[in-house]
Amino acid sequence: MVAVLFMVSLLVFVVFILIPGGDPAERMAGKNPLPANITNIRKQWGFDQPFYVQYGRMMQKAFTGLAPGSHSEYAVLTSFQNRQNVVHEIKRGLPATFSLCIGAALIWLVFGILVGVISAVTAGRWSDRLITTLALVGISMPVFFLGIVLRYFLAEKPAHPLFPDGEYVPLSSDPAQWAYHLILPWFCLSVLFIGFYGRVLRSNMLDVMNEEYVRTARAKGLTPRRVLQRHVLRNSLIPIVSLFALDFAAVIGGAAILTETVFDLKGVGWYAAQSVGDLDLPPIMGVTLYGSFFIVVFSTLADVFYAYLDPRIRPT
Amino acid sequence: MAERLLEVKGLKVRFATEDGVVRAVDGVDFELDRGRVLGIVGESGSGKSVTALTLLGLTRDKNTKFEGEVVYKGQNLLDMPEAKLRDVRGNEIAMIFQDPMTSLNPVYKVGDQIAEAILTHEKVSKRAARQHAVELLRRVGIPNPQQRVNDYPHQFSGGMRQRAMIAMALSCNPDVLIADEPTTALDVTIQAQILELIDALKDDFDSAVILITHDLGVVADVADEVIVMYAGRVVERGSKRGLFYDPQHPYTWGLLGSIPRLDRPKPKKLHSIQGQPPSLINLPQGCKFRPRCPHAFDKCIQEPELENRVSDRGHLDRCWLPVDEKRSVREQTIGGEAQEVA
Repeated sequence: MVAVLFMVSLLVFVVFILIPGGDPAERMAGKNPLPANITNIRKQWGFDQPFYVQYGRMMQKAFTGLAPGSHSEYAVLTSFQNRQNVVHEIKRGLPATFSLCIGAALIWLVFGILVGVISAVTAGRWSDRLITTLALVGISMPVFFLGIVLRYFLAEKPAHPLFPDGEYVPLSSDPAQWAYHLILPWFCLSVLFIGFYGRVLRSNMLDVMNEEYVRTARAKGLTPRRVLQRHVLRNSLIPIVSLFALDFAAVIGGAAILTETVFDLKGVGWYAAQSVGDLDLPPIMGVTLYGSFFIVVFSTLADVFYAYLDPRIRPT
Repeated sequence: MAERLLEVKGLKVRFATEDGVVRAVDGVDFELDRGRVLGIVGESGSGKSVTALTLLGLTRDKNTKFEGEVVYKGQNLLDMPEAKLRDVRGNEIAMIFQDPMTSLNPVYKVGDQIAEAILTHEKVSKRAARQHAVELLRRVGIPNPQQRVNDYPHQFSGGMRQRAMIAMALSCNPDVLIADEPTTALDVTIQAQILELIDALKDDFDSAVILITHDLGVVADVADEVIVMYAGRVVERGSKRGLFYDPQHPYTWGLLGSIPRLDRPKPKKLHSIQGQPPSLINLPQGCKFRPRCPHAFDKCIQEPELENRVSDRGHLDRCWLPVDEKRSVREQTIGGEAQEVA
């Protein structure tokens, strides 16, 4: 896990610092800079150091926000654009991102499973067909399109809007408003996953229903409900767990970028979008590292949970 | 006379599929008394497993049609409501399946799966059910059951899993035990052990057993009566003795000829039945075995009834050949081709 994170950070460093053409100091110095200016910047930011020193400093900055023993603004992982501390900015975006992602994740997990179970149980009937069609629509609907349409028709256009228009209200200041402001973004972000999880679970369950141990369970005289819960659903959920861990990590780690941008939620994804717009490398680098951290952490958690769910892969 | 537990009369099972109606079972009759072992023999697709599953109502579906009767202790199981039938399943009629590797749920402990069957049918505490599970594992010969009860199925060998399945099936002391190819997936040495175990436990638990197999050798060990199925119907039925020493149907001869035997001269080549079993959607006219039968003649275009044709009253078959002719021609099939003279 640590090794993976190390490789990711190295890759990020190479991609963002070493590969881009030209001298970052020249880019930062602006148009028609004085040579002395460039040298100055290069020295202050450490661009004259060998790459491993630069890498080490970058990682120090990323972990601490500050390089040890130094309090100059150059010692932090700082935006090229506006000299803000990237780590602080990401931290500032966390409440909005976490609220959005955790809420949406709960919604898509609950409804995804519900949808999957209903369509598997009624496979072939009209409810299954309806759900299948809706799931397909949900999966195919681009978030930015759905988000803008929802925002326009439910929040902006009507004289008495049903929903507030974007913005994040901190949970600590007003829980009701917090939830109210997040309903549309939650919905928007979870639609794709509900459709997707519903489809995956449906096919898993249909597979498991044909397993012989399900026939054994029925031959024991169990009720259909118990067979479904204890034997079919339990075994069908195992693949969903790893899917969920990775999707949730990706969403937390910045994949909610579109939702956050569309709904003006000033979270990490929004920050990343702004930085991309400004061609501002350090924040993008910071967000990438932050995102990969979550993905690695959650896939590790998924492995642990996997072993809990499936005794066959436990080390003996 | 022993108590009559099960009586199957004119059982027919049809599945409606996209390709047409599959006549999986097309006229099966048998009776089963307490303490007896009935062998059902036939190749894949002969309807033996469907017959077994139907006894438990596990083939019920909107695309399935049933005819006939399955009378268990005076009640017809075919039209019994599902909720009532659930009390019979696992409790009074229990089943063991072919592949112990896939018949146990991989994510639950073996003991919990046995206890689940007990808790479904008996009002006992979880602890008592678990204790009973340990006891059952001991009785089916699992060493160290106190610890093994907490193992998962993948920690058991194939033979142990089949023993665990038997323990589960016996957990509620059933009157009828259906074993659907219980030894097919096991090593030969384990096969014999499992068969002995079933036979011994049948007496301990005072139940009757339906033993389904494609292997007449398995039946020879333990069955009292044998029915031979082909294309969804019974083609021959008789006591084990009658069936092995005076087989009447050419299909039975083929089955007998295809097992290697130590008590007879060694043939150069074992007999094999030519061709494939018929499609259950488009059955051949007349005798269903006619296309594969080396002795077929004009009369076979009409299907013979399952009737008694020999002196032994309980021995029935579906074949038009005169009994004397059968007795003279069957040796060449049963003994194998180009039999060496001893």
